[in-house]
Amino acid sequence: MRGAVRARWAACALSAALVAAVAGCGGGGGDEAGVVRASWGDPQNQLEPANTNEVQGGKVLSMVFRGLKRYDPRTGAAENMLAEKIDSTDQQTFTVTLKDGWTFSNGEKITSRSFVDAWNYAALVDNKQKNASFFEYIDGYDKVHPDDGSPTAKTLSGLTVKDDRTFTAKLRTKFSTWPDTLGYTAYVPLPRAFFDDHEAWLKKPVGNGPYSIESYNRGSSMRLRKWDGYPGEDKARNEGVELRVYTDNNTAYTDLQAGNLDLVDDIPSAQLKNVRKDLGDRYINQPAGIIQTLAFPMYDGKWAGDGMEKVRRGLSMAINREQITDQIYRRTRTPATDWTSPALGDKGGYKGGLCGDACRYDAAAAKRLIEEGGGLPGGRVTLTSNVDTGSHRVWMDAVCNSVNNALGDDKACTVNPIGTFADFRNQLSNQRLTGPFRSGWQMDYPLIQNFLQPLYYTDASSNYGKFSDTQFDKLVDEANAENSQDKANAKFQEAERILAAQMPAIPLWYQNGSAGYSSRISDVTLNPFSVPVYEQITVG
Amino acid sequence: MGRYVIRRLLQMIPVFIGSTFLIFFMVYALGDPIAALFGDKAPDPATAARIRKDLYLDEPLWKQYLHYMGQILTGDFGTAFNGQKVTELMASAFPVTLRLTLVALLFEVVAGIVLGVFSGLRRGRSVDTTVLLLTLIVVSIPTFVSGYVLQFLIGVKWGVVTPAVSPYAPFDELILPGVVLALTSLAYVTRLTRTTIAENSRADYIRTAVAKGLPRHRVVTRHLLRNSLIPVVTFIGTDVGALMGGAIVTERIFNIHGVGYQLYQGILRQNSPTVVGFVTILVIVFLLANLLVDLLYAVLDPRIRYA
Repeated sequence: MRGAVRARWAACALSAALVAAVAGCGGGGGDEAGVVRASWGDPQNQLEPANTNEVQGGKVLSMVFRGLKRYDPRTGAAENMLAEKIDSTDQQTFTVTLKDGWTFSNGEKITSRSFVDAWNYAALVDNKQKNASFFEYIDGYDKVHPDDGSPTAKTLSGLTVKDDRTFTAKLRTKFSTWPDTLGYTAYVPLPRAFFDDHEAWLKKPVGNGPYSIESYNRGSSMRLRKWDGYPGEDKARNEGVELRVYTDNNTAYTDLQAGNLDLVDDIPSAQLKNVRKDLGDRYINQPAGIIQTLAFPMYDGKWAGDGMEKVRRGLSMAINREQITDQIYRRTRTPATDWTSPALGDKGGYKGGLCGDACRYDAAAAKRLIEEGGGLPGGRVTLTSNVDTGSHRVWMDAVCNSVNNALGDDKACTVNPIGTFADFRNQLSNQRLTGPFRSGWQMDYPLIQNFLQPLYYTDASSNYGKFSDTQFDKLVDEANAENSQDKANAKFQEAERILAAQMPAIPLWYQNGSAGYSSRISDVTLNPFSVPVYEQITVG
Repeated sequence: MGRYVIRRLLQMIPVFIGSTFLIFFMVYALGDPIAALFGDKAPDPATAARIRKDLYLDEPLWKQYLHYMGQILTGDFGTAFNGQKVTELMASAFPVTLRLTLVALLFEVVAGIVLGVFSGLRRGRSVDTTVLLLTLIVVSIPTFVSGYVLQFLIGVKWGVVTPAVSPYAPFDELILPGVVLALTSLAYVTRLTRTTIAENSRADYIRTAVAKGLPRHRVVTRHLLRNSLIPVVTFIGTDVGALMGGAIVTERIFNIHGVGYQLYQGILRQNSPTVVGFVTILVIVFLLANLLVDLLYAVLDPRIRYA
């Protein structure tokens, strides 16, 4: 009896202690007025503009830096930022004139040198910048960035400083839309501090954008403060942004619900079915410049032979994109009807429907086409993708089901899941895959050129399937030599029609950006790169 | 005793070498980390070659391993891809996980032993059945389920705590994650204690102690508990390592930037220096915890002697 009493007392004491302790840690941290608390992922690389090629690092750079051009957050159109004008008479040598009155947030004046030095640094192979290849169009790139061996020059011969506010860039070939690529973060100017004390700069980067970095705690958080001396039109409309690193977007979403976070720019797929109910119109789901395709290994004779284009087109028609984007992705993907992205807009060269019938689900036609083309090589097809992210396993299964149903053969399509992205990358680069594989592409700048040339031009850098078509190459070259963007777009769209006939890659769906925000903030939008436009957000 | 400790420490060397090599090999087998650094784009061959050379990845595996072990002996754990020293990452991650482990361990030991003793002393009665049933439920729920559910209920619905832990991770914010982390082990400790207590309570020496007229609390704490704790201590000792390693799931749910977070990032990005470095330290922790357990035996039961 005594024991029982004691037991009860002990249990109570224990739970009381726990409850007290738990209650003791309630309540959020001290939140500053006017500061947006946003989710973030740990950037993969150090935050150097020419070394950042992923979204998380890009987010910070988009707040801290401004380049010659800037892509309109709504339309994606390239507009002059630091550039007063970029002129060319021959589409090959460009003269850049800078606006007056721009400085870095440490007070240093921005001159032509700030650009030329930064670009030379980025292109030089010794600096191991991951975006070095963005400078390959400029004359002298092969000297500073040889495929092997040491560089024979330290600077790009194509860049010449004329005076403080003008410099010229001579390109290897004609490239009329080159100025419009200059909004990409790899092309931003760098202050002297970057070269003089590199280590210190990396700990706390200094730029020329609407925000300056107040503190950077690598791996966990970054505090950005509105820079009052910012001369641009797009001044920050809030006091600052606090980026918090989350390992799991589910936790970020939970924190948003609990009121500890204002902005989540990646809604976890498990929450997609609740998100409307949870957030109402504080949920954003809009197209971003990302497309997923299934590319064919054109280096493999059995996929490249004569008549195989019918099989490739047939497979495309056997995929029920509507159903998959609806049921698996809950409309955060849009069925693709071409090889670019609606995020480009008309000006960037998007034209829906270029894929034509080949991208419409039609089981009967699919079966007929595949039979006409001689059937699937070996009677079957295997889809390959990494499955560590992006629910790739799920859509692959769905695509296979769709193909199997269309062909009336439940062994026609199988899935080859690869555990990690790096391993998938390995097998791709070594051309070990013998069936269609996932090929995702996120645009660097909103131009149709960026979706076609790197992926389908003969021997282009990311042409993993080794597709090659002389007519396609010719059209791309002609497009780049055109003197207006409209004419260039028309040529590129003509080139897309060749893709529709040849089908070296099946367009699957355009990927949307999805975000949610708290009622504490408003004016939240995503730009065409699916990055929130932080400087426009208002608090309270 | 001293010789025993030295012998045990020497035995750790082959275990250490073997486990690091295995981890090294496994991370290496995951694929080319440099290719993955370039995202959707094909790596630029010249830049990729430079990075590979810098990180010693252009050498055969055994050379990489020797190079790495040579570095470790001088206290250099290499550099993660984002340019941070792995030792720097460790200095920020281990204290956090250690705090989390301490909270979990404390909860596990106190609650587990108390519950175990009470149900063991009342074998077959309702208290006992309830405890047994509860522990069964707890054991059968995976950590990520209990983690998300408790996080949602206590963090979001009732708003008692913040669902995510702040970067600094003070003790008070770690209570809920600590409890989640400890739950499964807590159930094991309870059941283990209960069984040994129930067994030993019928032993001759307990009957003697009771017959001598010793007060009940003295019988329980001095005689019964001390003898019953040996298997429990073994379990808790090995559990220290398991808790630190198993924190991956809990740390992810509560966004704690500790060892689990760094390991997860390391694996995701195939950062071999990070993964191998962190696991190496975990292996050492595990080995030391085991040694400590073995030494504790003698303290609990003087009949056990080490030569």
